Parts: sequence; C-alpha cells; structure tokens
Amino acid sequence: MASEALYQRDVYGKTLVELGHSDPSIVVLDADLSGSTRTVLFAREFPERFFNFGVAEQNMMATASGLASCGKTVFASTFAMFATGRAWDQVRNSICYSRMNVKIVATHAGVTVGPDGATHQALEDIALMRVIPNMTVIVPCDGPQTKEAVIAAAALPGPVYIRLGRSKVATIEKKPSFVLGKGQILAEGSDIALIACGIMTAGAMEAADALAKKGVRCRVVNMHTVKPIDEELLKDTAGRVKGLVVCEEHSTIGGLGCAVEGALARQGCSLPVSRIGVHNRFGQSGDSDELLREYRLLPGDIVQSVTALLKKT
Amino acid sequence: MEIKQLEAKAKKMRRDVIQMLEKAGSGHPGGSLSSTEILTCLFFKVMRHNPQDPKWPDRDRFHLSKGHCCPIWYAVLAECGYFPKEELSRLRKLGALLQGHPDVHVPGIDVASGSLGQGLSVTLGMALSGRIDKRDYRVYCLLGDGEIQEGNVWEAAMACAHFRTDSLCAVIDHNGFQIDGRVQDVMAIEPLADKWKAFGWHVISVDGHNIAQLLAAFEEARSTKGKPTVIIAKTIKGKDVSFMENVADFHGRAPTKEEAVIALKELSDGK
Repeated sequence: MASEALYQRDVYGKTLVELGHSDPSIVVLDADLSGSTRTVLFAREFPERFFNFGVAEQNMMATASGLASCGKTVFASTFAMFATGRAWDQVRNSICYSRMNVKIVATHAGVTVGPDGATHQALEDIALMRVIPNMTVIVPCDGPQTKEAVIAAAALPGPVYIRLGRSKVATIEKKPSFVLGKGQILAEGSDIALIACGIMTAGAMEAADALAKKGVRCRVVNMHTVKPIDEELLKDTAGRVKGLVVCEEHSTIGGLGCAVEGALARQGCSLPVSRIGVHNRFGQSGDSDELLREYRLLPGDIVQSVTALLKKT
Repeated sequence: MEIKQLEAKAKKMRRDVIQMLEKAGSGHPGGSLSSTEILTCLFFKVMRHNPQDPKWPDRDRFHLSKGHCCPIWYAVLAECGYFPKEELSRLRKLGALLQGHPDVHVPGIDVASGSLGQGLSVTLGMALSGRIDKRDYRVYCLLGDGEIQEGNVWEAAMACAHFRTDSLCAVIDHNGFQIDGRVQDVMAIEPLADKWKAFGWHVISVDGHNIAQLLAAFEEARSTKGKPTVIIAKTIKGKDVSFMENVADFHGRAPTKEEAVIALKELSDGK
C-alpha cells in the first residue's frame, strides 16, 4: 500500500522544471523561501522566468496577477501561512476576482511544520482559499499526486491553490488515475467512510487496515480536490455506509469537513459525521509526530472515532 | 492631438464624470477630477493602444491602482471607443458593465482594482512579462496620495527599483485629500519625492493640471533608463468645480441633480 516516502515540495520543484521546459509561458515567483519551497530548482534552470520578491508576499501575489494578465501561467510559492493569510486580499481582489491564471502552491501547511510552532503552522488556509469564488483547492496526498496536481493546475485556466506539507509523506500505491474534482476510492467497505485529504489519507488507510482486522469495513476516499468537492462521490458514499469520518490536518472550521458536511446537507443526507482535525486551537512547537499525537491526528485516533461513531449508529 | 485639443478633451471628460456620477447617485468625483489631465494625456497622446483591439499584445498598459476614481477611466475609455458611451449612464447599477470599481469585463481593463495598494505590483508584473517576451510596451500606474499609506505600495516600490523596470512609470495624483480629511493630517506622507528617491526611483514633480508639463514628464520617463520613474503630479481635488475643489466630502459623494447643473455650467463656461 504505502511505500517510498517523498517530500511533496521536492516533487513540486522538479515538476516545475519539467513544465518550464515544455511551456515557455510558465513563470515562477517566490518570497525568500525558494530553498524550502524548492522553486529554487526552477530558478536555477530558468533564471529569466523566476523572480524572488524577498519577504513581501502581498507584492508577490499582486505582481503574479499582472504577469498573468499578459498571458503568463504563474506559479507563486511561499509557506501556506503567508500565501493565504498575509496576502489574502491580493489573492482575492487581484487574482481571483479577475480570474487570473495564477497557481498558488504553498508548502509547510499544518502542524507537521513542527518546531517552528503556531505562527508557521497554517491550519486555516483551506478555509481561506475555499471561500473565494473562482478558486480551485487541491490537497494532494503524496509525492506522485503532487506532480499530477501541479500538471493539472497548469492546464486549468484560472486560479488554483495547492496545499503541500513540509515533511516526507509515504506514497500510496495503486491509486485510481487522478482527475481534478474527482475523489479517489482507495478502499471499499460498507460500515464507515473515511474522507481524507493530504497527509491524512495515508493515516486513513492505516486506520482502515486496523479496523478491517476488527471486522469493520471502511470505504476510504482521498478527496484531493476540496473545491469543487466531488458531490457525486459523496452522494454515492452516503448511500453505502452508516456514517462518515472526515480527516484533515487543518482546523475543523471551514476546511474539508465543512465542504463534506455542506454537500451532504444539500443532498438531504442525515448520516452522522465525525471530524478528525484541529479543533479551534493554534499549533505549537514539537516534532511533527508528537504534534500529530497531541492534536489527535494519528490512525489510532481515526480508529477511535470510527468505533465511537458505530456505537451511535 | 495638440495641447489646446487635449485641454478641451479634459473639460469634456470632466463633464462626463459629473453626469455619470449624478446619474449613479454615488461614487468618487474628487479624485476623478484631480486626475483628469493625467488620463487625458495618457490615452489621447502618450500611450500606444488600439480600442478596436484591447488585447493587442504590444499595447501600452494602464492600470488605475486607485480604483475608486474609475469614473474618469470609464469616461476616457468610452471616448476612445472601447465601449458604447451609453454604458456611462448605467454606472454602478445592478447588472451594469461599469461596476463601482474597475473589473475585467470592461474592454480596455486588464485587472480589477479597488482594494488599494495593489496596482503598482500589478503593473510590475506587466513590466516583467514584457521583459520576458522582449516586447517594448510601456506600463503606467496611477496611484492616489492617500493610497501610498498602504504597505504593499512600498513593497512594490522596492521591487520595481530592484528589477530596474524602466518600462514602468507611476503617477501619483497628489491632491492632498483622502476620505477622512487632509492627507497630512490623517497620515503624513511627506517628504514624498525624497521617499521615492530613497527607494531608487527617478522622480519628476509637475503641476498635474498642466498638459505641457505632463507630456514632458512622460517623455522624460520614457528616456530614463535603468530605473522606474514616478511622476508626482500636484493636483487639486475636485478640480474645476468650484464647490468641490479641496473639499474632502467630495472624495466619495456624488453631486445632487442641482449640484450637477451648476458643475456642468462651470465646466462649459470655463468659469
């Protein structure tokens, strides 16, 4: 199931270089974090199409809009905290309102940023990007899916937000092919559905395996595209299970969970939904594994949640 | 177009602004009237553009960073023929082409504006794209003097100089007023020229209602290499309408029907 662990941001940097060779309209921007976001790989290969804005994210985002208005496909990268928080107005008004072809690929999302602590651990970024009209939001689950997401984003006219982490993530083997806006069923089961995105997808798979040993069968959905959410798949899923557990390394306010609950409510579905995520808290310093434990984001927490949910049904 | 014709055009544009705003019942006359000569010079003399082909890749770009002054931009675009003049009378109405702040549905407008402080960055992007594509178009950005209180402006100012974007020319409509009162009282911005010089810009100060001075400044900007140019255009808010001149209230209040009649009379008689 899971094999080689990769840094999503390494995959991102390498994919940018590939895209840069095939598409001369690709321009890449960064705000003094090109080593961390790995846009430095593109910068080395295409210095005339790379611009470093220093520690000035607002300027970077509004400049991205100007470049896109002249026909460029712009990738703008920094940490998720600054891409979505510091520059939100620029993203909304200068990029999304004019439907500019800007791809915001943010790294270091979630508590797994680790020791840098709360100020650098974006737990609100999916919510902040999802709420803006015209914006597409993708949270790839592993390295190979990061590549697929970046290529799909480059081919899609208009703004896209791609959320990546800091740490290595295990690769999930044998996924169905990647289609933007279509969730992937990674395991079948009729008791509970686990709807996950990003690094939580691997955790959901692990939880499903543990539950299977206890005779509990879970459908596992990798909901890599948070917006637009795959309503069709959610409807199908709701018709097959007794309840859902949504798993995200994000605030439980405004993220994947809210997107799923909203979709289910629109369909008149009254199935119980449990939430794995960060509940109205800031992050803090610690190793990423310690933080996943502290914030109850581990496979064991998903198992517990499923067990509790089944008792209610 | 000669200076006399440009002056007459400016007066006509001011009349259009007053008529649009009176019909709309809301909007921003003060800064539209202070920046009238700046836009008139750019669109009827300085810029290379083609209203029949708004997306012409080699066109010079203009971006109104102080988006609330779009009435003058709309008036000028309509006069150039980017869209029918009838649209002007539907400004700010539900479903209208002309929104309360500029957006990309309007032929001739490349990027929306309205949330202040972002336009200089937008034009930096346009200038950088021209550099990548080896196109020789120029890029103009109009900012308000109150607007430069936004931090994003100074991020952009630093970056424009860093990237040596000499194809970019910023113009500051220095009318001295913002919504809450005099700029110097609300949040002082002086010494303005020194600030831009310190950020690495070529600075030209002009009377922003003097067409000859403006045209000379745009020419000087064009021939300045290795750094961006900012033209600090000293202007009068509400210019040429006696009861609007230097009145902060008319930053964001449309004239009533009665006021519009008086204003149009002043603008036709030349006072």
